[in-house]
Amino acid sequence: MEKEKQGFLEFAYQLYKTMKTNEISLVYEGEVTQEITKTFTSLTEKSLSKSAESNTVQKKVFNVMVECLQNISKHADALSEEDEERRGIVMVSKGDDSYNIITGNIIKNEKVPDLKKNLEHINSLDKEGLSALFKQQIKETTISEKGGAGLGFIDIAKKTGSKLGYQFKELNDKVSFFILTSTIKRN
Amino acid sequence: MEIINIKGTDDTPNVILDKASGQFEISGRSLPEDVNQFYEQILDWIDAYAKEPNDRTEFNFKLEYFNTASSKVILDILLKFEEIVESGKEVVIKWHYHEDEEDMLEAGEEYSDIVEIPFDYIVYTD
Repeated sequence: MEKEKQGFLEFAYQLYKTMKTNEISLVYEGEVTQEITKTFTSLTEKSLSKSAESNTVQKKVFNVMVECLQNISKHADALSEEDEERRGIVMVSKGDDSYNIITGNIIKNEKVPDLKKNLEHINSLDKEGLSALFKQQIKETTISEKGGAGLGFIDIAKKTGSKLGYQFKELNDKVSFFILTSTIKRN
Repeated sequence: MEIINIKGTDDTPNVILDKASGQFEISGRSLPEDVNQFYEQILDWIDAYAKEPNDRTEFNFKLEYFNTASSKVILDILLKFEEIVESGKEVVIKWHYHEDEEDMLEAGEEYSDIVEIPFDYIVYTD
């Protein structure tokens, strides 16, 4: 019992240290709802407004967080059939020259090829290309039942000016874990 | 026509639509989870307005932030005003953006590339 407690304390301390070293200001694992989205974005907004970060960067971090979180709340799949929650992990870290917003969620394997293709296409475009794609998509799209417009990734790529980082880790024959890293340059 | 006057929240904008006084404005933040639910009555109101529009309509967008789902609905709103322009009435979109926010200016420019309505860009500082 005593050993277990010691182990947990050690874990909590290591986690704290890792977060400090990497300037991770937020880590969350759990259900992602509109309430959670509002809470995290306003927390981040408050902590950024106390920092010396420029308004432009603050706004971009806010924008990208909203899109990432709403992506999870609309598109994440469950680990198993019985599970209905849309869960994910969210992490915000500050580096010397950029902010990273990392999100992860479960996705059905059958959706992976299309998503990959979509992300590859977005990453192949420059600023003008992204703007053209956005204008084309916004005209053609309709709001889905889940309330999405299918514009989130394009918007993140446009606003960050950085390539989207992504990875898929297959968990079993049904689902994979999808990790998205959005990088916002400071200055 | 009835007046629409909706007070903004953390995730929904202020909306004023008043034909008699000529006030048309959407301002603040728009990131609702369900955009259709929030904007339905606004789109319905504009449909009704389009049947008997004022000779000149000045529509103010002063948004601090909107999510991509809202960006689609904003286009739907603009398309309705484009029809009013086509019917021979005058419409001007006043697109307000904060001086630090190039992204908001660009969003306005992208809309003006898509719809045939004159846009005025108005910069503000806090």
